[in-house]
Amino acid sequence: MTMKVLVPVKRVVDYNVKVRVAADGSGVETQGVKMSMNPFDEIAVEEAVRLREKGAAKEVVAVTIGAQAAQDVLRTAMAMGADRAILVRTDDTLEPRAVANVLKAIATREEAGLVCMGKQAIDDDMNATGQILAAKLGWPQGTFASAVTVADGRVEVAREIDGGTEVVSLTLPAVITADLRLNEPRYASLPNIMKARKKPLETVEIDSLGVDTASRLTVVSVAEPSERKEGIKVNSAAELVEKLKTEAKVI
Amino acid sequence: MTALVLVEVENGAVRQASRSAVAAASRFGAVDAIVFGDGAEAAAALPGVTRVLSVPALVNDLAEPTADLLAARAKDYSHIVAAASATGKNILPRLAGLLDVQPIPDVVEIKDADTFVRPIYAGNALATVRSSDSIKVLTIRGSNFDPVAAEGGSATIETIEAPASEKSVFVKVELSASDRPELESARVVISGGKGMKDAANFKLLEPIADKLNAAIGASRAAVDSGFAPNEMQVGQTGKIVAPELYIAVGLSGAIQHLAGMKDSRVIVAINADPEAPIFKVADYGIVGDLFEVLPELEKAL
Repeated sequence: MTMKVLVPVKRVVDYNVKVRVAADGSGVETQGVKMSMNPFDEIAVEEAVRLREKGAAKEVVAVTIGAQAAQDVLRTAMAMGADRAILVRTDDTLEPRAVANVLKAIATREEAGLVCMGKQAIDDDMNATGQILAAKLGWPQGTFASAVTVADGRVEVAREIDGGTEVVSLTLPAVITADLRLNEPRYASLPNIMKARKKPLETVEIDSLGVDTASRLTVVSVAEPSERKEGIKVNSAAELVEKLKTEAKVI
Repeated sequence: MTALVLVEVENGAVRQASRSAVAAASRFGAVDAIVFGDGAEAAAALPGVTRVLSVPALVNDLAEPTADLLAARAKDYSHIVAAASATGKNILPRLAGLLDVQPIPDVVEIKDADTFVRPIYAGNALATVRSSDSIKVLTIRGSNFDPVAAEGGSATIETIEAPASEKSVFVKVELSASDRPELESARVVISGGKGMKDAANFKLLEPIADKLNAAIGASRAAVDSGFAPNEMQVGQTGKIVAPELYIAVGLSGAIQHLAGMKDSRVIVAINADPEAPIFKVADYGIVGDLFEVLPELEKAL
């Protein structure tokens, strides 16, 4: 199998951090906040590495778009088993449409046979880039994947849907977006972290790709949601039921 | 301006989340609906819908042919709208890719025809965004828009041919058999977390759910631990619910779980740890061992 798997990864505010809205309402505070790889992207990296380990793929290439600091998620991807990495350098924040334009250029240049990425980034919660990329490439998509099997030039994807699971069979090349249950990502061992430092990391200036990265959305404001008030503690289930009936009038 | 709404029909009835999408789309002007597979009659009965595009041949909602079909019709519409369901989130961003527009997912408020509010960072912030695209592609969070009624309308139905799908083939679907209401439209939801300890213990929620006609949900930690299937997951990366009553059992209240349920009208938390963050959002809390509290609750109901 000679298939190359491209794994786009994103550097985001760590999932354990409770973000704060910036005082001027322009966004959220990211200064001095712990950053890490988007958790769904870790699942995508793991799946791509497993495909290579099973012999279904030849090479796993991680790609991210961002400032120099975004290199750290590429090193993490390589410590997990990606063979090499590409940093598409920009200081701008890109929308999914623009990200998809960049990824299309990279996937085409790399002649990727499969793009495997997280279904959603936990910062903008868009859940859109994989689908947009698939459309722009003219490839089929297997979104919200919980199982992936590559065989005979096709990929079979089990997808999480509202009432259960759906299985689709796609021609390759294709785009897959990873959902929670697809796998449990490995921890990068210290020797693998050391090895990852020596793996190739190429930097590409975003302008050199010649793609449209303009934003179509203007952020008018970012605000805190209204807080709920902390309620009361009750001492027994009987008291709870009483309160729900007479006070909250909900049952 | 006319909006086109992707309406999902299940067992002959329009899904509540789609009825909310129709309500949201009505804010822009006239509303056409498109139905893939059977169910055009149910969509035609929705108040506010003037025309239904029926595509009976596309029974499986595959993203590739449905997005192609929507793209071919898009020029007639100012807004293309769907529920933020698994189907909507699969198809609409692909459509946006075909149209080269930036989709606007999970809209919770419509300010005007171009300006929308959507949660980011697991609902810890609300972003108001203005779109410069000529066609807006939106998914609507059902819990934030009162659905239109299921009956009362009389739209015309136009049947259209389906494009072929060669790159993507439907293999099978496995739906969880359940007589309970859907999570997103249930009046009462009872959810278990990691404190349930194992999958078998989730059964303890059932008699209470039966008495309250509740849907059963789970935290991501419970799903991760294999206690419950993913379709039961409530949270940032699962389902977003806003029932009248939400009962959280043995779940700590991680940020990403709160993102999926904090708009519930009344929240009850049952947890052994008095410091659990779930109590910060709960109207009523019981600090105690859920294995003692649940049987008592069942008896008290």
